[in-house]
Amino acid sequence: MSPADSVDQPIIRVEDFDLFYGGFQALLKVNMSIRPRQVTAIIGPSGCGKSTLLRSINRMNDLAGEVTTRGQIIIDKQPIYGKGINMVDLRKRVGMVFQRPNPFPLSIFENVAFGPRLHLGLSKTALREVVEKSLTGVGLWEEMKDRLYAPALSLTGEEQQRLCIARLIAVSPEVLLMDEPCSALDPIATDHIEELIRELKSQYTIVIVTHNMAQAARVSDETAYFYLGELIEMGQTEKIFTRPQKRATEDYITGRFG
Amino acid sequence: MKSVRRIWNRIVEFVIEKAIFLAGILSIVFVVLIFVFLLKEGLSLFKEYSPLAFLFGTKWYPISHPPSFGIVPLLLGSVVVTLGSIVIAVPLGVGAAIYVGEVAPVWLREILKATVEFLAAIPSIVLGFIGLVTLVPLVKQVFHLQTGLTAISGSIMLAFMAMPTIVSMMEDALRAVPSSYRYGAIALGATRWQTIWRVMLPAASSGMLAAVMLGIGRVIGETMAVMMITGNAAGIPTSLMQPVRTMTATIAAEMGEAVQGSDHYFSLFAIGIVLFIITFAINLTAAFFINRRSKA
Ligand SMILES: Nc1ncnc2c1ncn2[C@@H]1O[C@H](COP(=O)(O)OP(=O)(O)OP(=O)(O)O)[C@@H](O)[C@H]1O
Ligand SMILES: [Mg+2]
Repeated sequence: MSPADSVDQPIIRVEDFDLFYGGFQALLKVNMSIRPRQVTAIIGPSGCGKSTLLRSINRMNDLAGEVTTRGQIIIDKQPIYGKGINMVDLRKRVGMVFQRPNPFPLSIFENVAFGPRLHLGLSKTALREVVEKSLTGVGLWEEMKDRLYAPALSLTGEEQQRLCIARLIAVSPEVLLMDEPCSALDPIATDHIEELIRELKSQYTIVIVTHNMAQAARVSDETAYFYLGELIEMGQTEKIFTRPQKRATEDYITGRFG
Repeated sequence: MKSVRRIWNRIVEFVIEKAIFLAGILSIVFVVLIFVFLLKEGLSLFKEYSPLAFLFGTKWYPISHPPSFGIVPLLLGSVVVTLGSIVIAVPLGVGAAIYVGEVAPVWLREILKATVEFLAAIPSIVLGFIGLVTLVPLVKQVFHLQTGLTAISGSIMLAFMAMPTIVSMMEDALRAVPSSYRYGAIALGATRWQTIWRVMLPAASSGMLAAVMLGIGRVIGETMAVMMITGNAAGIPTSLMQPVRTMTATIAAEMGEAVQGSDHYFSLFAIGIVLFIITFAINLTAAFFINRRSKA
């Protein structure tokens, strides 16, 4: 497969995907393709199913209790719904960043080492290397290298969110899911995290949920607009924001609605 | 008419306010009085008897001539029984708390919690009695001892008494861990056990330590059950398989026979002071851990 091919081949394919919380249908026959090493933004009004879709991609919805699904999501040719799916493996490949930074109440080092300790069985020196590489990857190494054993909860919000990203890339995932990763941060920190997202996309496929239209426009290559559990329109971000095909999309992004 | 009402209301307000104030003050006054009484009676021992001989003496012969009031065997008796029970109760308690809080399905969780709390409602004399007729013969048989009235019997019994405190407090501590930690761990591919072991337990550790401290506090102050099943021999214990005598059991057993105003009588109060200081220190430590948890 040539490099050009691999950009065109979607890495995630959502196929006729329905999701029910008990009797309530939160996702309706969603079909979408997400390309590798790009940032895909998911936008839409509150309650339209953005987080639900994101959590379907790493199957965190399984924790929500009475959840049933139909259809399939395929990541890198492997279906993730059905019998004999290895959750540990899936979540290693598909990492998730949460709305509020949620570092563990452990040291900075232990936070980053958490995933590798679970999955990789590294030697002490190899582990340190992974931690250094991951912290460097999120731009925290220089600041943190002298206080790796400080509690992670003593960091600022932005640093905590970076640490949470470092914690993911320490296990070399393919996909990073981010659910409103900047909504608990101030504008400057938001700028910094957006910058980081643009850097990370050279190595990872990123799916980001955001309420901030400008943010979607700034960081994403493709944008998907959801409304009431349905994918209304998806395409190149530039097109979605300048020449949307659907009236509903246009109303939403121009702020006439939502 | 209206003004009569108003004056009446004001009188009622006044009376209620003063009554509540009095109740609050009274509870403090009682505590202080008890403490002063305990100090006064206990310290009276040292008019005639050296404090050093009391604290470091290894013989408790209160009615021989001359008497000897060495608290060491009693202190060690309490310590041995308490440590033994904590060694038993903590792993069981941690296991039970994890099961109740993290693993059990919701319906079973409620039943288990109610059961554990029910255990706390059994009077200690009843537990002691049950221990005497079931546990004591069992210990004798299993360990091939001459008597089952030993420290280990007391430890096992007290472990059961400490369990309600330990389990329900530890379960609270686990429950207080933000679920975002759990989601974070699971999203990283941690299994349920890895999540509990590597995230939930460390995050709850302060609260769990507090639970252990309060469990110790509960155990060290326990009297009736221990007196019934630990054999009450005031020797210096060298193993868990021996009869021991705790501080509490000594006070309870000898208070009836000690002549009021005698050194023997004062010595029992002096034991009371030691016990008080220990429990106070334990509760203080527990409060420290609880405080740390609520700050984190
Ligand atoms: N665990 C759950 N159980 C039941 N219903 C749920 C659950 N989680 C979400 N829902 C419902 O599913 C719908 C979609 O929720 P979701 O959180 O995916 O929306 P969202 O687009 O992320 O919203 P927001 O922008 O407010 O984060 C909502 O109607 C919500 O009430
Ligand atoms: Mg959401």
